[in-house]
Parts: sequence; structure tokens; C-alpha cells
Amino acid sequence: MAAAQAGDQRAYTRVLNDSVALIRAVARRQGVAVDALDDVVQETLLTVHRVRHTYDPSRSYDAWLAAIAARRAIDILRSHGRREQREVHDEFAFDTHADRDDASAGAERAEEAQRLRKAIKTLSPGQREAVEQLGLKERSLAEAAAQTGRNTGALKVNLHRALKTLRDRLHGES
Amino acid sequence: MSDAARHEALIDALGAELTPVRRLLPPWRRALGWLLVVSAIAAVLFMRYGASTMLHRWDALPDLGVGACAGAITAITAALASFVLAVPGRSLRWAWLPVPSALLWIGASGLGCLRLHLPGVPLVDIHATDDCLVFIVSYSLPLSALMIWLIRRACPLRPVVTAVMIGLASAAASASLLEICHSYDATASDLFVHATAVAIVVAVNTLMGGRLLSRA
Repeated sequence: MAAAQAGDQRAYTRVLNDSVALIRAVARRQGVAVDALDDVVQETLLTVHRVRHTYDPSRSYDAWLAAIAARRAIDILRSHGRREQREVHDEFAFDTHADRDDASAGAERAEEAQRLRKAIKTLSPGQREAVEQLGLKERSLAEAAAQTGRNTGALKVNLHRALKTLRDRLHGES
Repeated sequence: MSDAARHEALIDALGAELTPVRRLLPPWRRALGWLLVVSAIAAVLFMRYGASTMLHRWDALPDLGVGACAGAITAITAALASFVLAVPGRSLRWAWLPVPSALLWIGASGLGCLRLHLPGVPLVDIHATDDCLVFIVSYSLPLSALMIWLIRRACPLRPVVTAVMIGLASAAASASLLEICHSYDATASDLFVHATAVAIVVAVNTLMGGRLLSRA
């Protein structure tokens, strides 16, 4: 990581690849479900990238990484908890209301959503942040700027680039 | 795309935009920077008010001096604890660092109001205690804001504990600065106002600072 702080890309990708196992172990210890472990990995990697200047080479890298991973694991657990509180499962409504479209249309929509989610995850961190803040969380530019610490101009540019990338990527696939 | 491939894609993207970064200075050096600002304010107050009133009070009533020194040590230790706790991987035990001096500060100030009052030094009236409240709160706010701004450059993973430490450091620093220009003997109402001011500063920091720091 010390080499990565100086700008060594190969050392950086190697240390990040080596970090995945520890992040997963920390998340498991925090009680994160197996299907959410990879979300913790992604969030932790993004945080590591943003705060890599806080690593002190005279101290343990594992302790530094584990602290960040534990924090992101707690965030994921909380967001899942909130979602469960907000969303209700009404079996009666499911049984008595027929789907408006047939099953294949639903499956197709789910597949499209899945592709979009995957495409968003491969965006660069800045672009991904803009899509998440402005598109998925529906925050205003000012709120997103306050949340991310970026200025509104940079957010707009990132969103614009992200949409272009997504358009190219999704049209290229279909 | 499998999860492993997803991670690989993200790691490649992060690697591609890697730029060299300036490493964060050690916490003690960052704390020292903040304490230098407090010292500069103290120097200005000493130039304006001189040290004689303060030393006269301390000379006659050593418990006031002990309380004031403990307050200053609380400011130093709480500032150091804030900067250390803002670095990922540091032990939460650092939050205990300012506790002994804070207890001494509260204890010595509390004892001050139980003994006989100092002849020749005016007792504080209720209007003057308002000034104490305004002084502590108005000095604490910029000092807290400065520290929050400095700490946001690190990565405070425990925003609330860090914010409590920031509040304690700013309030203790402001109360120590007040000691320079405070020309009254301690009374119960005065102590109550000081304690209220410190509580307000710590509470505001916990509520606001916690949010400002939780971006990390």
C-alpha cells in the first residue's frame, strides 16, 4: 500500500486483490449474509481508494483495512435492516392480483435491470457515485454535492459521462 | 458477470485512476497544529488582559489553578484523541485519554465552590455568568469547526465518538482561554454556567459534527 500511495498501479491492484479475502472474512464476522458479502467488498474497495492517504506504512495494513471493512459491513447491515422495515410482504395481494404482463415480460425486465446494475458497478468510482446519488437515490444536485464533497459541476459531468458509458455498453450488448 | 469478475473490474478501474497521494501527517502533529491556533488566541488574550489577575487568583486559591491546568490538559488530550480516532484501525481506547484530566477539571472546579470565597475578589453576578456562557460557546464554535475541517481529511469511522472528543477539546480550550480574562471567584452559579456551556458545545458537536464526519 505504501507503494500504491506513491502511485504504483501494479502494487495497488495486487494489494486490492489480496484484500478481498480479508474484507469478506471481516464482513462475515460482523454477521453479513453470504449474498451481501460482495456488496461489502465493493463498498470497502471504494472507501479504501478514497482514503488511501490515511494509511500509515509504519502500522498494520490489515488492521487499517479491517476497520474500514467492519464499518462498511455495518452500513450494509443497517441499509438492509431499513429496507426490511420499509417493505411489506403481502401474500394476499400477490395471490389475488394477476400480473399485468405475462411472466416472460417480467423476466425480461428483471434481466434488463440486472444488466443495468452490473453495468453501473463497472463504472469508474466518480461516475458510479454520480449515478447512485442523482439517479438511484434521487438526491438533488446540492444534496449530492454535500454528501460526496464534489462540486455540482463535477457531479453533472460525471453523470453525463456515466449515462453515455451505460448507453454504449447496454446497446453494445443487445 | 460473476462477483470475482466484478471485483476485478472495479480494482482495474481504481488502479487506472490511481494518482499519488500525500500521506496524512501523524495525529500528534495534526493535533499540535490545532493547539498552536489555540495558543495564538491565548497569546492575544494575555497581551490584552495580562497574567496578573489569573495568577493572583491561582496564588490565593490553588484549586482554581489545578482546575484550570486540568482543563488545559483536557483540551490537549481530547484534541490528540480526536485526531487519533479519525484514523482507521486505531483503538477505541484512545477515547479514555482525556477522561482523567476531565474528571480532575470537573472535580477541582466543583470543590472551588464549596470553600469560603476569596476576600477582595468580587463574586460573580448572574449577568456576568451570561458572559461566560457566551464566551465559551462563541470560542468553541470556530475551534470545533476548524477541528472538524481538519479531521474530515482523515477517515473518522466512528463519527459520534470523534465528535464528542472534538466538542470536549474545544470546550476545554475555550474554558482555559476564559480563565485568562476571568476576574471572578468561583461560585456554584458560575460553575453551573461553565458546565452548561461545555455540555452545549459537546452536544452540538455530537449532533452536527457526527453528521459532518459520517461521510467517511
